[in-house]
Amino acid sequence: MQSKSFSVKTVVAIGIGAALFVVLARFGSIPSPIPNTNIQTNYAILALFAVLYGPLAGLLIGLIGHTVTDLISYGNPWFSWIIASGVFGLIVGLLARKLRIQKGQYSLIRIQDGEFGLKGIVLFNIIQIIANVLSWLVVAPVLDILIYAEPANKVFTQGVLATGANIATVAVLGTLIAIAYSKTRTKQGSLTREE
Amino acid sequence: MRKPMIEFDQFTFQYRAQSEPTLRDIQLTIYEGEKVLIVGPSGSGKSTLAHCMNGLAPHFYPGECSGVLKIGGVDSKKMGIAELSDLIGTVMQDPDGQFVGLTVAEDIAFKLENEGIVQAEMIRRVQEAAEEVEFADFLAASPQELSGGQKQKTTLAGGLVGGAPILLFDEPLASLDPYSGRATVELIDRLHQNSARTIVIIEHRLEEMLHRAVDRIIVVDEGRIIADLPPDELIASGLLREKGIREPLHLSAIRYAGGSLSQEMNLQYVERMNLEPYRDSLIQWSETPMIESPISTSKPLLELENITFGYDSTHPVLQEISFQVSQGEVLCIAGRNGAGKSTISRLICGFHKPSSGSITLNGRDLSGDSIRERADVIGFVMQNPNHMLSKPLLYDEVASGLVHRGVPENEIRERVHETLRVCGLYPFRSWPIAALSYGQKKRATIASILVLRPEILILDEPTAGQDYRHYHEMMTFLMELNAQGMTLIMITHDMHLMLEYGQRTIVLSEGRKIADDTPARILGDAAIVEQAHLHETSLHILARRLGIEPEEKIVSQFIQSDRRRVN
Amino acid sequence: MAPRLLSYSNIDSPVHRLSGVTKLLAFLLFSIAGMISYDTRCLLAMLILSLVVFYVSKVPFKQYSFVLYLILIFAAINQLAIFLFAPEQGVQIYGTRHELLHVFGRYSITSEQLFYQFNILLKFAVIVPPALLFLLATEPSEFASSLNRIGVSYKIAYAISITMRYIPDVQQEYVNISIAAQARGLDMSRKEKLGRRLKNMAGILLPLVLATLERIEKVSAALELRGFGRKRKRTWYKSRPLTKTDGFVIAGAVLIAVAVLVITFWDGARFYNPFV
Repeated sequence: MQSKSFSVKTVVAIGIGAALFVVLARFGSIPSPIPNTNIQTNYAILALFAVLYGPLAGLLIGLIGHTVTDLISYGNPWFSWIIASGVFGLIVGLLARKLRIQKGQYSLIRIQDGEFGLKGIVLFNIIQIIANVLSWLVVAPVLDILIYAEPANKVFTQGVLATGANIATVAVLGTLIAIAYSKTRTKQGSLTREE
Repeated sequence: MRKPMIEFDQFTFQYRAQSEPTLRDIQLTIYEGEKVLIVGPSGSGKSTLAHCMNGLAPHFYPGECSGVLKIGGVDSKKMGIAELSDLIGTVMQDPDGQFVGLTVAEDIAFKLENEGIVQAEMIRRVQEAAEEVEFADFLAASPQELSGGQKQKTTLAGGLVGGAPILLFDEPLASLDPYSGRATVELIDRLHQNSARTIVIIEHRLEEMLHRAVDRIIVVDEGRIIADLPPDELIASGLLREKGIREPLHLSAIRYAGGSLSQEMNLQYVERMNLEPYRDSLIQWSETPMIESPISTSKPLLELENITFGYDSTHPVLQEISFQVSQGEVLCIAGRNGAGKSTISRLICGFHKPSSGSITLNGRDLSGDSIRERADVIGFVMQNPNHMLSKPLLYDEVASGLVHRGVPENEIRERVHETLRVCGLYPFRSWPIAALSYGQKKRATIASILVLRPEILILDEPTAGQDYRHYHEMMTFLMELNAQGMTLIMITHDMHLMLEYGQRTIVLSEGRKIADDTPARILGDAAIVEQAHLHETSLHILARRLGIEPEEKIVSQFIQSDRRRVN
Repeated sequence: MAPRLLSYSNIDSPVHRLSGVTKLLAFLLFSIAGMISYDTRCLLAMLILSLVVFYVSKVPFKQYSFVLYLILIFAAINQLAIFLFAPEQGVQIYGTRHELLHVFGRYSITSEQLFYQFNILLKFAVIVPPALLFLLATEPSEFASSLNRIGVSYKIAYAISITMRYIPDVQQEYVNISIAAQARGLDMSRKEKLGRRLKNMAGILLPLVLATLERIEKVSAALELRGFGRKRKRTWYKSRPLTKTDGFVIAGAVLIAVAVLVITFWDGARFYNPFV
């Protein structure tokens, strides 16, 4: 799962990760009263895939997944938010990898090695908060203003809501799934039968 | 002088993550134009052998190898997976994972696209490959429109299209119904007859593979080759039974009747084998008095009456289905893909509402009950355990249904432990689910349902993809549950399962019930067998050749002897 | 249970006969021009043109009627939100104020605001027909080859093909898993509290993620076994050669996009201002 810049596995992870993103966007989201703003479980999955498969995969799963979702369910791609989705995946992937390099061979977020303790959980959440703030409070509203000339107070209100909702979703769902996933990676050698 | 295509010499392979080699001292040569079958129980290393041939090991699944492996005369160390794919076309068992194109034509073309072949030549070669597997009418179809067998044909054409001289099949029958499986065996044989291709098949469903001739059978066990013999010699030796591989049923019947098999008798084909030496003993055996098994005549537990259902009103999926299930019964539901088998179970569990008709349990109409309320009395076990396991730890998984129902904690602990004991999983209670084997996972899903104390278990293909030993373990476990009073409904097209464990079988075809009888009689009815995508068993053919009437007699006798041998 | 989706259908029309590359380029050019421009005249002209092309494509109404409602609802809510948040945005942009009706407090309707919101609606509407056309009149098989043709790396382009291929399979898997979860008493409906629902969702997502990771392994192996990524270039079975018509359409789309940008920025402002 180590990212060799663009291995076959990364290509497949992008393709199938984006398919999962699309399916969850359609089934696993709860609408909120503000337009364009949903509590979306698919961002929890995007965060996890960005950690597992790296920044390029995160970026492309976000871009492809969001574009395809918009196209097949509304026929109308909303580009500013599509780009923000990509940026979210990219930043989570970059920060998670950065930590990996600083700590030598292993990152502090060792989800795939079956270790995801308190330290990892805190780091994962710091990363996701930074990424969410940058994508939904900076990139999405600024692009909304640049592209669609929408009123600043409207798009920033939307941005605050989306940031809050996504931070909460990733904090709850993303963390739960990352913990559960890391537990599935426990080595068999550490187990004994109890009678 | 025959040209060697695959040569293993003192070959050993060890996965990076494992402490012991999976393959040891493999010495094996497969020659040009040969058709070779490799069998072995799961975990024997037979799949690893395939992965070494096509390069997945060590390039995709990292590991260390020693010794020599030559493919087409070239040292495999000098080739990557892509180069090896020019020599070996691979067909794997999972039809969806390897069907990567959006249409049949694109999937067949995939290798050519990667080689950068120009479009006009691609179209021509795709057409040729599709014709060779008799699938040229479906070039524009999408994978969602195809059955498992049709997807497999596509993959096979995709393996042929690059012109590889060797075809490798890794458990090609695992996800096919008996009818499609037989069609695949025949197709592989035609491909072999019509070309000089070398064919290697890894499969544990021996009887179905022997429907067409193979040159040699290689038996792998614990990472070593323990036999490399022509089929008749191997079958006569009795080694297969020792290694937990199921031999053709007609041969087991001969053994039960006291006959000893000898390779001169043309054993593998029940239609052509020499039965004379065994005739008398078989007929006598079929007349042995049967121990009457107590057929349950207790009150009906579940009753479906005139159930009709369709996702839209113009296309009914089920039409006027009625049947009863008695307390303690073992019922099988069979039928080809799309016949409505899984829809029935979903209706019973309440995921869909029938457009007309009623479902009653113990005489009480279930129509007002929610999915969750029904789940308290009717347990539904899906085919793929990975779809049901939602917690990382075994204990939590089994407890989760009770937790959701607000059962007090000490009672949860007691019931979970009790259920785990019943399922033979108690020693593993604090293990993560990921550390369990496939069969144990399957049992974990059953445990997570049993803990709710349902009155009926519905199981979708409980033994799919498992080898004989695991099949046997699973069914023994289910029969123990049944002996304790659990009513079982099994959706299956496994004919052995039906014959050996089903008390009654219902056959669906195009949304209608076309048969409701004992499995032995159903499997003897040619018209029903065809509509249900099953095929005749070799026991029925044996009975006919011996003139035993009715044919089921030999089947019941067989089952009785089989149970006695095992218990 | 599945909501309806937009998808390709095979109809013979001049639009369907165009290469996927052409439709992709036209869609992208129109989207970019539509996003940048706030020139009402240009936007109107583009909308009319794309509606004409849409008519030519003969796509039956019922194939996309259901998304029109979604789009209308979305547009209406968005319009309302803009008015609520910034009732004077139009006045700010156009620099004049013609009040038509005072509603209450700081809210009054001005010609400038109406015109500004009309422009937003137009920008929104301009992108819909080309996007729908690209989706409804292009075979998904052509998406990847088209992207590769306009310079996107074939690996990224193929990833999109994999997405289209596996959406139905992943969806089926999701349905299976949620059925199994519901049968054991996990309630996903609004009857449960939000917190509990999220937790229940995790119970569905974990098996789905594990199954997806396993699928990634299998599909990667299948791709490797058939030589994916071996060469620096690859060809496409389903690419459609560019015809003369394609050339005209691409040239036309480029011209229109350039013209729109030139007209928009001619007077140095992005907004067409009828009030001065």
